[in-house]
Amino acid sequence: MYFKRIAVAGALSLLASTSAYACEIGARVSIVGNEFPAIQTVGAAAQECKGGEVSTNLTADHQKINLAGMSGNPAEYTSAIVANSSIVALMNEDVIRPLDDLVAKHGAGLKKNQLITINGKVMAVAFMANAQHLVYRADVLEKAGVEAPKTYEDMLEAAKKIREMGIMENPVGGAYKAGWNLAQEFNNMYIGHGGEFFKPGSAEVSINNAQGVATLNMMKSLSEYMNPDFLTHDSNATNAEYRAGNVALMNMWGSRAATLSDAEGVSDEVKNGMAIAGPMTVAGGSTPATTLWWDGWTVAKNISDAEAEATFIALTNAIRPEILADEEVAKQAVWLIDGYEPTPAAVGVFDAASAGSTPYPMVPYQGLLHTALGAELSDFMLGKESAEQALADTEAAYTAAAKEKGFLN
Amino acid sequence: MSSVSAQRRPKGLRIAANAFVVFWLILAAFPFLWTLWGSFKVELDFFSIADWTNALTGANTERAYGTTTTTTAYHGAWIEQEFWRAVINTAVVCFCVVCLSLTMGTLGGYALSRSNYRYTFWLLIAALMFRAMPPITLVSGYLLPFFQWNLWGYLPTTIVVLVAINQPFTLWMLHSFFQKIPKELDESAKVDGCTQFQAFRHVIIPVMWPGVITTGLFSFLLAYNDFVVGALLLSEENRTMVPAIAAFLGTTQTEGNVMFAVAAVVSATAPLFVLVMFFQRQIVSGLTAGAVKG
Amino acid sequence: MKHKTFFWFFLPTGLAMLLFIAFPIVSVVIQSMYTPHDAVLITVENCGPFGCKQATTIDQEATASLRAAEPLGKFVGTEIFTDRGHLAFGEIGAAWRGSETMGVFFSSIYNLPFYRAMTFTLTFTFISVPLLIILGFIIALAVNSLNRHLKGVVIFFSLLPMIVAPLVGSLVLYWMVDSRGVLGTFIQYLANDPDLSMKASTPLTWVMIIVYGIWHSAPFAFVVFYAGLQTLPQDQMEAAQIDGASRWEQVRYVVIPHIMPLVTFVALIQLMDKFRVFEEIIGFNAEAHATSLSWMILNDLSGETQLLSSAAATSVMTLVGVAILLSPVLVRTWRDFQEKT
Repeated sequence: MYFKRIAVAGALSLLASTSAYACEIGARVSIVGNEFPAIQTVGAAAQECKGGEVSTNLTADHQKINLAGMSGNPAEYTSAIVANSSIVALMNEDVIRPLDDLVAKHGAGLKKNQLITINGKVMAVAFMANAQHLVYRADVLEKAGVEAPKTYEDMLEAAKKIREMGIMENPVGGAYKAGWNLAQEFNNMYIGHGGEFFKPGSAEVSINNAQGVATLNMMKSLSEYMNPDFLTHDSNATNAEYRAGNVALMNMWGSRAATLSDAEGVSDEVKNGMAIAGPMTVAGGSTPATTLWWDGWTVAKNISDAEAEATFIALTNAIRPEILADEEVAKQAVWLIDGYEPTPAAVGVFDAASAGSTPYPMVPYQGLLHTALGAELSDFMLGKESAEQALADTEAAYTAAAKEKGFLN
Repeated sequence: MSSVSAQRRPKGLRIAANAFVVFWLILAAFPFLWTLWGSFKVELDFFSIADWTNALTGANTERAYGTTTTTTAYHGAWIEQEFWRAVINTAVVCFCVVCLSLTMGTLGGYALSRSNYRYTFWLLIAALMFRAMPPITLVSGYLLPFFQWNLWGYLPTTIVVLVAINQPFTLWMLHSFFQKIPKELDESAKVDGCTQFQAFRHVIIPVMWPGVITTGLFSFLLAYNDFVVGALLLSEENRTMVPAIAAFLGTTQTEGNVMFAVAAVVSATAPLFVLVMFFQRQIVSGLTAGAVKG
Repeated sequence: MKHKTFFWFFLPTGLAMLLFIAFPIVSVVIQSMYTPHDAVLITVENCGPFGCKQATTIDQEATASLRAAEPLGKFVGTEIFTDRGHLAFGEIGAAWRGSETMGVFFSSIYNLPFYRAMTFTLTFTFISVPLLIILGFIIALAVNSLNRHLKGVVIFFSLLPMIVAPLVGSLVLYWMVDSRGVLGTFIQYLANDPDLSMKASTPLTWVMIIVYGIWHSAPFAFVVFYAGLQTLPQDQMEAAQIDGASRWEQVRYVVIPHIMPLVTFVALIQLMDKFRVFEEIIGFNAEAHATSLSWMILNDLSGETQLLSSAAATSVMTLVGVAILLSPVLVRTWRDFQEKT
């Protein structure tokens, strides 16, 4: 793949400059993960190791296969690259191993905050961070005479003004595609409203409350300033809208911000007007309406200790600080690696972290709620049912799923 | 229907019929022509996010490249994203699936057409049920065992699965072809002292080719157009074309991939055009084979 | 044919179907009756790049022995089939008792995922199949009246919608029907409504998918009927013409009865194919408006946490649906078979 090639080229040039460096492994390594550029870089860098075969399978469908691929004994995959949402499925089925001994042995170069510890055991090593935050058109906002919004209420005001002045018909963008994306926007907004997803210490859901209703109403108000097809727009389609100059304000992933206006045929107006800011708050709350994410790697449980060690060495090598010497690589993500200097595009994610945003919840049943939200909220967004009904449906769908999975009786 | 066409038809009706054919042709062919045209534009033009006429004039393409057409999408799909791999994989998969399906299907279909015991009925019914099953109900069940036995991700595994999933259809089609071959042919060979297999080899095989070629075409189409099996059972470098196209769209972290998908769609459709051009008659006869006999 | 000969001839194909179709079905049926064991939850401290937090996790040691004793999971019988994600007996009962009018009752049933998926699947199936048969028939009549040389060209282009992969075909149409795409703009012009968007409204999305379904399969019906027209009984046609039957009467009383068996054939094949509508929903990004059983299975399998038992139960119900849909064919094949023996 193209990105792989860039990454390999970068890594090779690096290898030439630091000739003392070498990576020796003694067993096979097999990595499954998502396919975006930063992960391609990590995968390619892991493949530099000598002494054992390193294979990668980086695909958007990774989540459909990683669990099955790690359940066998020995497991097909010795490592899965996951995020804080998807590590949970692997934890639930007990297919990844604690890494404490390997960290002690080979992890000297890792920073403390890269280690994901659960109940005192290191279960994953994070290498990048991500969050959704504001991306806007500075030129359009200036024309409309508004400041970059700090809250969603400001955003609505700004959108109203832009529409009234006739600058844009649908100035707000958002990845509101029914399913995962829509549910994620709900999560953001609900957290911004100070909501709690579950009753403390239990798997019992509680989103059908005042915060839940306020969340949905805010989403509905925003959607009125969006392209009417918003329920089919994922982040790709939303970015395309932005590039076409149809959108002035959107809540977008930090990992997409750097390359947002790179595509072909984008007008200079859009390119030059692009600006990034931290996430917004909502309803007078102090917690930003967004979630923090990390991407990291795990090591499978059902493999030999030699394979686990090889995997750990190869992947630690893949995220060593030197990879950041390549400018192309440094731009690909907000790296958690030692020595990372934030690029201008990273400011949104950094603001999100410093403003006290909440990490995406890492509880065993959060994924079930996410799926339920994704399936049940679209009726409300289409105006077919009340917010209370949509939330009640979500709770019922979640409860059925959680019962099946043994989280509720 | 020579008699009807020989009969003089009123002018109005003739015009109406011709107009309808033209209308249908536009309906059938326009989407393909439009996509072909648009595949030489940039994303902003093809998707006409600003204005639909951009797709015709290529305004944004011109801004990016100075000309109104560009082959960047093809370059991106074929070279950068190595779509040629998917093409080769598809070729391998289709070839093997067709050969295996036909070999197994002719044997089985022939046996079904020459046996009158009750179990042949139930086997045919089971095959029909299998034919109607959505593949996704089966494919998810393969994942665990395939990973366990280290079979997942390879082309041979997918080929075998596709052959198996296509068997019910192949069986039905070949079964109806063999039924049209008179039983007396192989019966008389058997009277002459041939075994059933010899009768099959010397008497049936020489006359079965029209049916087999037609069935082969449909096996080919099923393998070529498969999405679910390839998407779930093949690793990234072994992907076939349709899952590769879906992957261009499924990616959420790289910009401009949608045009790669458009170029790939055009690339994947072109061989089918050629196929139809050469095998039109077989396809038509195949579609009607099961039907005309009632 | 002797049993033994039959066995050897049928072995390869039989084995393939047994291993890759019959066994998976059996395992799916078993899977649908078991669920994972009750999870023992504990509260622990999780730390990462964004600080530490108290959170729940599964106590693996406590569940490990349970899993070892019963690796299939917990037997629940038909519980999954009747839960809210599937047949939802409890919810329907509650809706029956709680609804004051039938309208309220039906809308609360439509709110349940299984019935919503079935509503779309059946609507799609039973609207698109008759329409595509009618369209295919008209095309066949029109093409049949063409000049011989034109026929080949027309058939060539007519086959195209049918032979492309459903995912590819629906993507092509999806791209065109965008509210600023060429078809979308044309429809806005026709409807005289510049804000009209096919993708934003449920009825229009349904129309779009149904139109796609017709476009995709009308060529099949066309080709079958066209072949049927080649074997029209000439004597009857001539007799009808001599009797002074109008063109419509000829079609009505000679052509249609002649191709009626073909209509049945096309209808059955298409019912089968339309019932498993799936790639269309993916291609059109239509999950907010339209779902199907296959889509439900995919949704269960592709979430952050997979619901294997639920997906298996939906698969079993798909199988039952297929059997019901196919029952007329089964009866017919049985009759054929009886005649044969």
